[in-house]
Amino acid sequence: MEILQTYNSIIPFYAIIVSIIAVPLIIISGKFPNLREFWTIFAALVKFGLVLSLLPGSIEGKAAIYSLLEIAPGIELALKADQFGVFFALIASGLWIFTTFYSIGYVRGNDERKQTRYFASFAVCLSATIGIAFSANLLTFIVFYEILTIATYPLVIHKENKEAISAGRKYLLYTLSAGVILIAAAGLTYTYAGTLNFNPGGIFKSIKLSQGSATVLFLLFLAGVGVKAGIMPLHSWLPAAMAAPTPVSALLHAVAVVKSGVFGVVRVVGFIFGPEMMYNYGLNNILLAFAGVTIIAASLLALKQDNLKRRLAYSTVGHLSYIVLGVALLSPSGFSGGIFHIATHATMKITLFFCAGAIYVNLHKENISELNGIGKVMPWTMAAFTIGSMGLAGIPPINGFISKWFLGAGALQADMSTALIILVLSGLLNAGYFFPIIHRAFFREGKNLEGYGEASPLMVVPIVIMAFLSLLFGLFPDLFFNFFSTAVNVSSSVMGGFLR
Amino acid sequence: MLDFIAGHYDYWFIILLLIIGLYGMIMKKNLVKKLIGMTIFQAAIILFYISGAIKADATVPILSDSISNGQPANYINPLPHALMLTAIVVGVATVGVAFALLIQIYKRYNTLNEQELIERMK
Amino acid sequence: MIERNLPAIIPLIFLASALLIPILGLWKKRISFPLAIFATLFSASLSVYGFIYVIINGTVRYNFGGWIPPIGIEYVYDPLSSFVVLVINFVTLVVLTHSYIPVTIDLEVKQTAYYSVVMLLLLGFNGMIITGDLFNLYVFIEISSLAGYALIAVGEKKAPFAAFRYLIIGTIGASFYLLGIGYLYFMSGTLNMSELAAILPMIKESPTILVALILIVVALGVKMAIFPMHGWLPDSYTYAPTSTSSLIAPIGTKVGAYAMMRLLFFVFGAEYFSKELPVGDLIAIFACGGIIFGSVMAIAQKELKRMLAYSSIAQIGYIGLGIGLANPFGFIGAVLHLLNHSFMKATLFFIAGNLRNKTGNSDITLFDDSYRKKYPWTMASFTIAALSMIGLPPLAGFFSKWYLVLGTIENSKWLYLAVILISSLLNAIYFFRIIEKVYMKSPTQSKDSGTNNFEIKRDEVSASMLIPTMILAAGLIVIGLLNVVIVNQIYKMMPVGM
Repeated sequence: MEILQTYNSIIPFYAIIVSIIAVPLIIISGKFPNLREFWTIFAALVKFGLVLSLLPGSIEGKAAIYSLLEIAPGIELALKADQFGVFFALIASGLWIFTTFYSIGYVRGNDERKQTRYFASFAVCLSATIGIAFSANLLTFIVFYEILTIATYPLVIHKENKEAISAGRKYLLYTLSAGVILIAAAGLTYTYAGTLNFNPGGIFKSIKLSQGSATVLFLLFLAGVGVKAGIMPLHSWLPAAMAAPTPVSALLHAVAVVKSGVFGVVRVVGFIFGPEMMYNYGLNNILLAFAGVTIIAASLLALKQDNLKRRLAYSTVGHLSYIVLGVALLSPSGFSGGIFHIATHATMKITLFFCAGAIYVNLHKENISELNGIGKVMPWTMAAFTIGSMGLAGIPPINGFISKWFLGAGALQADMSTALIILVLSGLLNAGYFFPIIHRAFFREGKNLEGYGEASPLMVVPIVIMAFLSLLFGLFPDLFFNFFSTAVNVSSSVMGGFLR
Repeated sequence: MLDFIAGHYDYWFIILLLIIGLYGMIMKKNLVKKLIGMTIFQAAIILFYISGAIKADATVPILSDSISNGQPANYINPLPHALMLTAIVVGVATVGVAFALLIQIYKRYNTLNEQELIERMK
Repeated sequence: MIERNLPAIIPLIFLASALLIPILGLWKKRISFPLAIFATLFSASLSVYGFIYVIINGTVRYNFGGWIPPIGIEYVYDPLSSFVVLVINFVTLVVLTHSYIPVTIDLEVKQTAYYSVVMLLLLGFNGMIITGDLFNLYVFIEISSLAGYALIAVGEKKAPFAAFRYLIIGTIGASFYLLGIGYLYFMSGTLNMSELAAILPMIKESPTILVALILIVVALGVKMAIFPMHGWLPDSYTYAPTSTSSLIAPIGTKVGAYAMMRLLFFVFGAEYFSKELPVGDLIAIFACGGIIFGSVMAIAQKELKRMLAYSSIAQIGYIGLGIGLANPFGFIGAVLHLLNHSFMKATLFFIAGNLRNKTGNSDITLFDDSYRKKYPWTMASFTIAALSMIGLPPLAGFFSKWYLVLGTIENSKWLYLAVILISSLLNAIYFFRIIEKVYMKSPTQSKDSGTNNFEIKRDEVSASMLIPTMILAAGLIVIGLLNVVIVNQIYKMMPVGM
C-alpha cells in the first residue's frame, strides 16, 4: 500500500465555508428573489470550482490537508481532501448547481412560502456535506454530521402542515439518536485506539480488541451512520421525509444526506475497522445481512407505494444498501462498485426526483395511479424518467449497469453467491416497480390533460442534463473527473494489503 | 455496653434534640413550628460542638498562671466556642429572614398552615 | 503587590459595596445600579487578572490578619478557584447588565435593597470559592443562602413560600455540613483544608470520617440540588423575579458543585471517596437519576422558567456524574460543564426574562411563530442555547458531554454512558418542542386569522437586555470551538496525583 502524500492547503476549508458565507447574503437579500438566487448560484459555482481544483492533486494520490484548530486534546478539527472525499464532494457540489436552478423553478412554480429560509438551509446543508466529505477524523465528521442533521430539519418541515411536522419529529428522533450513538462509538474508539483519524485500512491494526467489544462497537457505528444510510430497520424516516419539497428530496434525500450516511459506512468499514478486522471478526457478515435484507425488503415495499415520491424513497433505501453491500463484500471489485454506485445512483435518482417534482408543479399529481398518458404531455420529462429507471434496474448502457456489474463481480470474487442472487433479484424488482410507471405514462390514455405542457425550462433543462449525464457515465465512466478510476483507487488503497 | 451508653450521655441528648428538630421540620404543618424545629436542630449542633470541647478537669481558657500552671492541657478547647458564637449569629440571621418570610406569607394568604397554603395557591 | 492580596480583595469588594449601596441609596436611589455594576466589573477584571496570574505563577495563599494557618484562616487562590471565580463574576456582570430593566420594572422601590443583597450573595459565593477553611466555608454558605432566600422572596405572590421551603431545606443542609466538619475537626484537630488533607490519610480508617464524608456530601448535595435533594429548586426558580432566577440559576448551584469538588477531590482525595468507598458511585448514580428525572419533568412543564428549572436539575446531574466518576476526564467534564451550563442557563433564563418583559408571561403553550418575527434575535439566541443544551457539536454543550462520555468509558460504566446519551435525546424533545412552535406557524393560529395580511412588526427587547443575551449565546460557540484552550487549563486545576 502506497503511503498517502499530503500537502497543506486551505482550499478544502474555503470549499466548505463558501456556502456558509452565502447564508447571510441570502438572508439579507431575502426581499429581492433574483439577487438571493444569484448568491446561491454563485456559491454553488465557486464551491464546485474549489472542489474541482482539488481533483488533480487527489488523482495523483496527494491529499490536501488543513487543520482548523484543536477541538479536543489530541484531536483536531482537521480537513483532508483525499480521493474518496473529493469524489463525494464533487458529486454533491456538482449536483447542487443543477438542483439550484431546478429549485428556483420549483419554488417559484409552486409559489412556496419562506423561500429565503429554504435557500439558506440548503446552503448550510451543502457546507455540512462537503465538510463530511473532507473530514480527516471521526470527530470532525461528527461535527459536520450533526450540523447536517440540524440544517436539514427546516427543509423537512418546510410545508409546515401536520404531515411535515410529524415527519420532522420522526426525522429528528432517528437522526439525533443516531448522533448520540455515534458519539458513544467515537468515545469508545478514542479510548481503545487512541486516535480518531481516518486511515485507509483501519486504525485498530496494532490494537487487540476482543471479538465481543469489536462487535458491539461495530453495531454502535452501524446504528450511528446506518440511520442516514437508510439501513433497515432504521430507514423509516426517509419515506416520511418525502414531505419535504421535491428538490430537497432530490438532492438531500437522494444524494447529500443519505450518501453522507453511506459515506460514513465506507469510512467506518474501510478507514476505522479496516477490511482485515472486519473479516476476521465476521463483522462484514453482519453488514451483508443488513444490506441484503434491506435491498430486498425495500424493493418489495416500493412495489406497493402509490405515491411516486414514496416509491422513489423506498427505491433509495434499497439502492443505498447496494453501496453498503458492495463495501461489505470486502473484495476489490465490490468495494469499487459500491463506491461508484454513490455517483451513479446520485445522477439517476436525482433525475427521477426532478421528474416527480416537475409533474407535481405542473399537474399537482403525486400518485402513480394518476399518471396515465402523462408521457404525451411531458415527453422530455418522461423520457428522462425512463432513462433513470432503466439505469436503476441495471440495464446497459446506463451507468447503473456498470456499478451493478462490478458489484456482481465483487460478489463472485468474495465467493458469495447469495449476494449475487440478491442483486439479480433486486434488479428484477426495480424493473417491477419502475416500468409500470413508464407504461402508464406512455401507453395509457390520460384524461383532462389538455392545456398542460412541460414544466418551466428552469426545471426541464436540469432534468434532461441529469438524464444525459447518466447515459454518458454509462458509456464513458471515466469521462468526467475520473470518477471510475477514483473508485478503483479508493478501493485499492483500502483493500491494498488485505488477503482473505 | 452500659458504660458506653452512660459514657456518651451528652451525645444521646444531642441526637435526641436533632431528631426532635427534624421531626418538627418535617411533620409539623404550621410553618412557625417548622421554624422552631429548625432552631432546635441548630441548637443541637451547637451543643455538640460545645460538648466536644469539654475536657475532664480542665478549666476555662484564660491565660493566667494561677489557674493552669501554664499547661495547655489544663484548658478546655476554646475554638469550638468561638466557632459556635459565629454559628449562633448565623442562626439568628436565619431565623430573622425566616420570620420576614413568614410575615409576607401571612399577609398574602392569611394562614401559616402548610396544607391550607398549598390549597390557596392553586 | 495586588496579586498577593487578590484572594481577600475580591470578596471584600462585594462586602464594601453591599454596605455602600444602601448608604448611598438613601441619597439617590438610582445610584445603586451603577455601583453594583462597577463592583462586579471591578472584581470581574480582577479575577481575569488573577486567573492569568495564578496560571502563570501558581497558587496564591492569603492569611487573614497575618495569622498563619492552622491558627488563622487561609484564602486559597489556586487554578480551580480562580477559574470558578472568573466564571461566576463574568456571568454575574452580564446578568446584572441584563437585569437592569427587569429590576426597575419588577422591584422599583426595592432597588437599593435588591442590589445590596445581590452584593451579599456574591460575597457569599466568592467567599465559598476562595476560602481554604472549612468553617469559613460554612459561614459563606449561609451568607449566600440567606441572600438567596431574600432575593427569591421578592418575586411573585407565591415566592415567599417557595423561599421559606428553600430556607428550611437549605438550613438542614448547612447544619449537616456543620455537623460533618464538627466530626472532622474533633478527629483531626484542624479546620484548614490543606492541613486536613495531609492528616486524613492517617485517620481515614475511623468510621467517624466516613460519617463526616456522608454528611458533607448530603449537605453540599442540597446546595447543588442534586437529585433527590432538589425539592427546593423548581418552585424557587419559577416564582423568583426574572432577575433573581437568571442570577441564581446559572451560578448558585455551580458554587455548590464547586464546594463539593473542592472537598471531595482536594480534602478527602479521589482515591478515598471513589476507590476505597463507594461514595463516588453513589453520587454518580444519584446524578444519573437526576439527569433522567430532571429531563422527564422538564418535558412535562408548560412554563418556560419551570422547564428550565427542571432542566437545571438534569444539568447539575452531569456535574455530579463527573465528580462521581473521579477520573481525569470526569473532572474535566464536570469543570467544563460548570462553565458551559452557567452560560447556557443564563442565556435561557435571559430569554424567559425577555419574553416576560414583552408579553408578561413565558407560557410555552402560547408560543407561536409571531415570536420569531417579533423577537428574531432573542429566538436565534434561544436556538443556539437549546442546541448547545442538547449537545450538538460544535457548540459548547457537546464538549462537556464528550469528556463525560470518555470518563464513563474509562471507568467502564456503561449505564452512565447510556444515561448521558438518553438525556441528550430527552433534552432534544423539550427544546425542539419550543423551536418547532417558534419557527412554524401553529395550525390553530392560521385558522383564526385566516389571512396573513396583517404584518407582525419587529418588537425586540431593548439593547440592555438583548446584547447580554447575544453575548452569552455567541460565547457558547466560542467556548465550543476553543474548548481545548480551557481544557488545557483544567489539567492544571486537577488535584495532585490525578
